[in-house]
Amino acid sequence: MNKRTTARLDMVLWGVLGLAMIAALYLAFVDAPRERTMGDLQRIFYFHVAAAITGMTAFGVNFAAGVAYVARRDRKWDRLALAAAETGVVFFAIVLITGPIWAKPVWMVWWTWSPRLTLSLVLCLLYIAYLLIRRYIEDPDRRAMIAAVFGIVAFVDAPLVWFSIRWWRDIHPAPMLESGGIDPAMRPAFWACVASFELLLVYLLRRRCALESMREEMERLERLAG
Amino acid sequence: MIEVRGLAKYYGRQGALHGLDLAIAPGDFIALFGRNGAGKSTFLRILAGLARPSAGSCRIAPAPGGRDSAARTRGRIGYLSHHTSLYPDLTALENLRFSARMMGVRGDDGFLAGRIGAVGLAGREREPVRAYSRGMQQRLAIARAFLHDPDLLLLDEPFTGLDQAGADFLERYLLEARAAGRTCVMALHDAETGYRLANRLVVIDRGKAALDARPAALPLDAFRARYAAILSAPAGGGAR
Amino acid sequence: MTRLWAVFRKDLAIELRTKDALNTMLFFGVVVLVVFHFALRSGDVDPRAAAPGVLWVAFAFAGTLGLNRMFAVEKENGCLEGLMMMPADRGVLYLGKMLAGTVFMLAAEAVIFVASLVFFNLTVWGELPWLGLVFLLGTLGFTAVGTLLAAIAVNTRMREVLLPVILFPVILPVLIHAVEATALILGGAGPGELKLPVAVLAAFTVVFGTIAFLLFEHVLED
Repeated sequence: MNKRTTARLDMVLWGVLGLAMIAALYLAFVDAPRERTMGDLQRIFYFHVAAAITGMTAFGVNFAAGVAYVARRDRKWDRLALAAAETGVVFFAIVLITGPIWAKPVWMVWWTWSPRLTLSLVLCLLYIAYLLIRRYIEDPDRRAMIAAVFGIVAFVDAPLVWFSIRWWRDIHPAPMLESGGIDPAMRPAFWACVASFELLLVYLLRRRCALESMREEMERLERLAG
Repeated sequence: MIEVRGLAKYYGRQGALHGLDLAIAPGDFIALFGRNGAGKSTFLRILAGLARPSAGSCRIAPAPGGRDSAARTRGRIGYLSHHTSLYPDLTALENLRFSARMMGVRGDDGFLAGRIGAVGLAGREREPVRAYSRGMQQRLAIARAFLHDPDLLLLDEPFTGLDQAGADFLERYLLEARAAGRTCVMALHDAETGYRLANRLVVIDRGKAALDARPAALPLDAFRARYAAILSAPAGGGAR
Repeated sequence: MTRLWAVFRKDLAIELRTKDALNTMLFFGVVVLVVFHFALRSGDVDPRAAAPGVLWVAFAFAGTLGLNRMFAVEKENGCLEGLMMMPADRGVLYLGKMLAGTVFMLAAEAVIFVASLVFFNLTVWGELPWLGLVFLLGTLGFTAVGTLLAAIAVNTRMREVLLPVILFPVILPVLIHAVEATALILGGAGPGELKLPVAVLAAFTVVFGTIAFLLFEHVLED
């Protein structure tokens, strides 16, 4: 794909993303019905869950890019893996911030060690560790490879963490998605939020990859000059 | 035997090699020169299979009749780096015993003691390596690296830390290897030693081969002058 | 196979001579027990309830020290480079190191465990075989992924400091199951209840052992 097409694609993406976000905000705050017991507070759920789903997508992308890097050793996969890890951590930061805000009035506690909450926290820790490893390896080829290996380990670990907590510490009411689904009136808001967050992820990944490839290009030019 | 094409290795902003081309034939005994940071060590590491090139390729032909596998290729290489790769808490004999097992060399303690004796450390094989001086450790490192009689020798400034007797031993060993038709690439700084030992002289500058000549065709003084000219050219610079 | 044993025996020989890793592991493990005694104000807590968690924290800390030491030894004279030059599958290096790490950890665990029996006033003769099984499987799970991550940590600028940071989040499933299994045993549960944690610990070892075996060589190269 040439540069101009890429730039146009980014513009289109930017436009669609903007519209989707406005739509999601409208659906979540105006269109969706007021929840009977939790009131307006429940509306945070749309963003909270959408962020979690999108964050998981990002870590999935990180895993896939890591596997691709090990197999192909093409630096573009490393750039994608880095972008995915960073954005994933940001999305899960949103999850971890919105979670307690909602939980305190509803459950009367800021935090419970429920599987979902704990998994979110552990995922955050795992991928912060991933970013730390990257930070402390100077050689880019080596950094890419070691990061890919750790990303694979982290992603395989995630379901094990999930089931471990679930089997031993299951004290938590099953979330709405599993217990019979959400109220049909809330569905548009929910899916709009998920869709716009996923679009945001795509946009952020593209921008972050572009930034990283510019940084690498800079390094290359500096190498040639010096 | 070795085909090096457009070999490049970058470490972020720094580059060690920028498109090095070199064809190494069996029996080539190459003395590799170049200023500090010219990429000699990096080149040897890539040849040894310890580092992956950022671009370009480096192919070592499989042994006649042998299959091509990374582990098999490693078994034909003797690599002596800056590091001795010796465990300081093990004795000389234990170090060699471990290496022999790993290399698949069959040999009892008598054989290993013989190798230790050959580098002038007879009678000290049961001392822990920690008690050795730097020069003695380098001698033992030589015995270790070439324990399996490899047909490709890669040496990174092998004379470092050796006293006269040690240097004499290494020189004899290398001349014998040369006579036996083995292939060798060694990084050096001393022009005279390299000229004496090698049958091919290569100077790396700015990540490329700046000079590639046979001692037979280039008198020592002429080689010295050209080597000095390459070294005195300003380092770096954008003129590439 | 001979090469795997060679790596294993070499690490063991170095350790038996210097006892660097074992001494620090043992001492640190016991220190952790003492610290936790006061941190948990153990006078108020049922020892059988507190012991599993405290024990596994001590094991994990000691194990981290041991794994770090095992790779620090390889870095000292560029021995890792020498190992990588050996005509062996580099996965074999992983297996040898993992085996050695497991043995060091188990040795340290035995002593820390005895110390904990004294500190917590426990009598466990009947439970010993089951505890042994859980310790073994938990340790295998720990070293399966720990050996790979120790090789990663030693290759970074931070060296040993990085290992606990990257290892503990990954090792969480092992810790959870090992602690729960230990608690079940000390609580007098039958073998039937141990099936799940034992299976998970074994599965964890196999899964991460395989990943590490396959990817270990990529971690070493540069």
